Amino acid sequence: MKKAIIRKDSYFDSVFLMALSKKLKEQPGVGDAVVAMGTAMNLELLGFQGYAAAELAGATPNDLIMAVDCADAPAVEAALAAAAELLARKKTGASASGSAFEPASLDAAVEELPGANLAVISLPGAYAAREARKALERGLHVMLFSDNVSLEDEIALKELGRSKGLLVMGPDCGTALINGYPICFANVVKRGPIGVVAASGTGLQEVTCLVDRYGSGVSQGIGTGGRDLKNERVGGITMLMGIAALAGDPATKVLVVISKPPAAEVAAKVLSALGDSGKPSVVHFIGLDPAKAGALPHNVRFASSLEDSAAQAVALAKGKPLSRAELGGDEAALAAIAEREAGRMSKAQKYLRGYYTGGTVADEALILLHRLTGKVHSNNQTDPAFILKDPKVSVGHTIVDLGDDVFTVGRPHPMIDPSTRTERVLAEAGDGSVAVLLVDVVLGYGSHEDPAGALVPSLLEARRAAEARGGYLPVVASVIGTPGDYQGFSGQVAKLEAAGCMVMPSNYRAVVLAAKILEKAAAK
Amino acid sequence: MGELKVVNLGLESFAENLRAKGAAAVQVRWKPPAGGDTAMIAALDRLAAGAAVDVEAANLEAVSRILKGKPTLVDVGVALEVIPGMTKTTILHAGPPITWERMCGPVRGAVIGGLIYEGLARNREEAEALAASGRIRFDPCHHHGAVGPMAGVVTASMPVWVLENAAFGNRAYATFNEGLGKVLRYGAFSEEVLARLKWIETDLAPIMKRALALHGPLDMKNIIAQILQMGDEGHNRNRAGTSLIIREFAPFLVRLGEDPEKIVKVLNFMNGNDHFFLNLSMPACKCTVDAARGIEGSSVIIAMARNGTDFGIQVSGLGDRWFTGPASMVEGLYLPGYGPKDAAPDLGDSVITETAGIGGFAMAAAPAIVQFVGGTPEDALAVTRRMYEITVTENDVYRIPALDFRGTPTGIDLRKVVETGILPAINTGIAHKDAGVGQVGAGLVKPPENCFKDALAAFAEAYAR
Repeated sequence: MKKAIIRKDSYFDSVFLMALSKKLKEQPGVGDAVVAMGTAMNLELLGFQGYAAAELAGATPNDLIMAVDCADAPAVEAALAAAAELLARKKTGASASGSAFEPASLDAAVEELPGANLAVISLPGAYAAREARKALERGLHVMLFSDNVSLEDEIALKELGRSKGLLVMGPDCGTALINGYPICFANVVKRGPIGVVAASGTGLQEVTCLVDRYGSGVSQGIGTGGRDLKNERVGGITMLMGIAALAGDPATKVLVVISKPPAAEVAAKVLSALGDSGKPSVVHFIGLDPAKAGALPHNVRFASSLEDSAAQAVALAKGKPLSRAELGGDEAALAAIAEREAGRMSKAQKYLRGYYTGGTVADEALILLHRLTGKVHSNNQTDPAFILKDPKVSVGHTIVDLGDDVFTVGRPHPMIDPSTRTERVLAEAGDGSVAVLLVDVVLGYGSHEDPAGALVPSLLEARRAAEARGGYLPVVASVIGTPGDYQGFSGQVAKLEAAGCMVMPSNYRAVVLAAKILEKAAAK
Repeated sequence: MGELKVVNLGLESFAENLRAKGAAAVQVRWKPPAGGDTAMIAALDRLAAGAAVDVEAANLEAVSRILKGKPTLVDVGVALEVIPGMTKTTILHAGPPITWERMCGPVRGAVIGGLIYEGLARNREEAEALAASGRIRFDPCHHHGAVGPMAGVVTASMPVWVLENAAFGNRAYATFNEGLGKVLRYGAFSEEVLARLKWIETDLAPIMKRALALHGPLDMKNIIAQILQMGDEGHNRNRAGTSLIIREFAPFLVRLGEDPEKIVKVLNFMNGNDHFFLNLSMPACKCTVDAARGIEGSSVIIAMARNGTDFGIQVSGLGDRWFTGPASMVEGLYLPGYGPKDAAPDLGDSVITETAGIGGFAMAAAPAIVQFVGGTPEDALAVTRRMYEITVTENDVYRIPALDFRGTPTGIDLRKVVETGILPAINTGIAHKDAGVGQVGAGLVKPPENCFKDALAAFAEAYAR
């Protein structure tokens, strides 16, 4: 059944009406529908389609015609009502997609944001280098979060950056603090006189958070990516540029450098650059025995841990050493806790299990414990005798870095997705030889919204299992974060403490306590 | 470093976190370059690593010529007399070169109509036989400085607008727009169509020629700048342009001392056809862009055109070579009674407007036709803003009020098209697939990607070191 009605003096744009006709045709029960202005051409077409001339008579190009073809009269009325409703529907101001315009290329983004000075790139490795090169060519510094960037590309990018005076942070650089802004995985840290250049992400996070806690602040936190110093061909280009930038930065009074032990030639360059800066500097080459480091420029000193790096830097910035209270207690206090904990354990409990989400803090734990207790297995071990045969299964003393590539195939990094760790804790909760658990909890942008809350149930389960076996399982934790972090530092600590964890003020202290517990337990 | 301003490529949360802390951060809607096509990425990288000619400089030269262009309506002439290379047995058509055998329905219909109009055939059968005989030379309008909407058929006796680029002296030509419905450019060749063409030849064109002579050369750049501020984009919406032309001509038409009924008919004809202006905006764009042809090392696209079978492009630094792909179907809205099944593939030279930086590229200027691009003015703004990503510069005269009078995106850079995968946004009409039915809708068409890729491969071959 066909019916056409005319609405006088109702002008609508023809394109709008074409769209409306299309929508109307999609309505159930509508065979065909035409909503159009009464132009001669439209009237002729409607006539061809069999609409009654009488119904169309008198229509002018200024009149709206609603013509529908439906099975029966009720359907016709419903369709005409639907057409009226569609015509009346008010458009919202927002776009259909609802989102702001997003440029599709780096070039367009730079046009969108005049004066852009940093490109943060977390694209698949195969494309990351290409975009990084473009960013450098357009005068932007680069933070290359992506991994799987070839050594050749890294060298080419860093050489291009150096020729233009632009920093290339990365590849595989997860953390930076630029002008006080946390970039990627980073914490909300107060600004202050301490400039840090670090080849490791969680190392930079731990040091900057401790600087914040010790009452000082960070001018810039520059990441270099892990290969910058380790590989002789890269030769520490970013590290050296970072040191030079901080040396020339009037806001930076103290320099801190954090890295795994670099290639010897590179280490010499780094120390010499720090010497040339003339500013008091603290160097921590994780795992390098300071005694073996040789002569240092007079303004450079070594630190023995990440905590020590922050403590020395803050002491230099403040002009006086930190008090014991500021550092969070002393060895005697740790020994007392260890004594108490060990007293509750059974004789079968012998081994430490460290479940880490942060790679550098895992390294720090591994190296320190290997020195204190010996025989620590890990997927991050450099001693082949102690490399975990299966990173997914702990043996003896184990420190596992759960952010290792073997754990992140097809799932997010454990700092984002805590299930990698909770599953591991639960899987090994039945192991009666375990004496103490050691964990890190990393806060800040990029990290899970409630890492402590996510971890606690698995820790409680492991403790219950130990108690069911007639033992007692101490858990030692440290929280990398500041009161400014969105997860809420004190709330995270409280959740861990409520679950019976001993929360230490730094990873270093957590490791020392864990080692002391092992020691006391062994002495029983 | 001054104030931190971040461009973020990858995980969006990194940009969101920075914004939450009050830093300026723009998220890039990134996708793999050239759609991940490794051969294309290699070609782009080879060009980026260093070309034999400075491509950036060549492109700046190309767009500076486009910006300097001063399209001016100077005369009305007869195709045979004014179009270079025109003969009595030549039929010009839209798009890249094509043989009679491969022509689509509407183009064949227009050729038939053109042959009958010229008196070279008496009916369809004779015209088809003649067209297939090899005695008729088919050649693209573009090869003769001309452009034609839809089928784009130009024959020897047809009157044409003559435009001159006053800055460079080159000329461009287009026939008179016949209106909507059953018209030659959609392949119609009925009595009514031929009679209208005859009236254009005997009445409309001579009258307009005389009125223009009284008026003097008409600055089309000025007119186009105005229409963009009046809701036209110069391709799918020409209502303001047509109105301005009537305003420009009206006093001079009156002064001709013609039979008032003839003048009334002329004015009614223009008034009854919103697209009257299209056949002026197209040659205006053509003579503007043609000045940027043949610049060694320039990757600026200087022609895009469709013949209903193939879509083709030409690149400034690659001479007159066409790079073609199959003409696509238009995503669009249909006139009452028609649907996608009735549509012919993409057709016509009108995409010269986009090549010059108006049409779909100026979608943000035409809120009345936003239904073509998603329905809201916001969508129209996004279409234009997207085009800045594939163009070299912005027009200094053609400006868009809704974008705070930003200039239209101008000078399509072939490299950017391939790199970003952003294809030129082209507004267009939809022809019925059968000869002679006419326009059945309008919409937006995506050009075939391969012609851009093929052109880039040739460009890298020619210029990469």
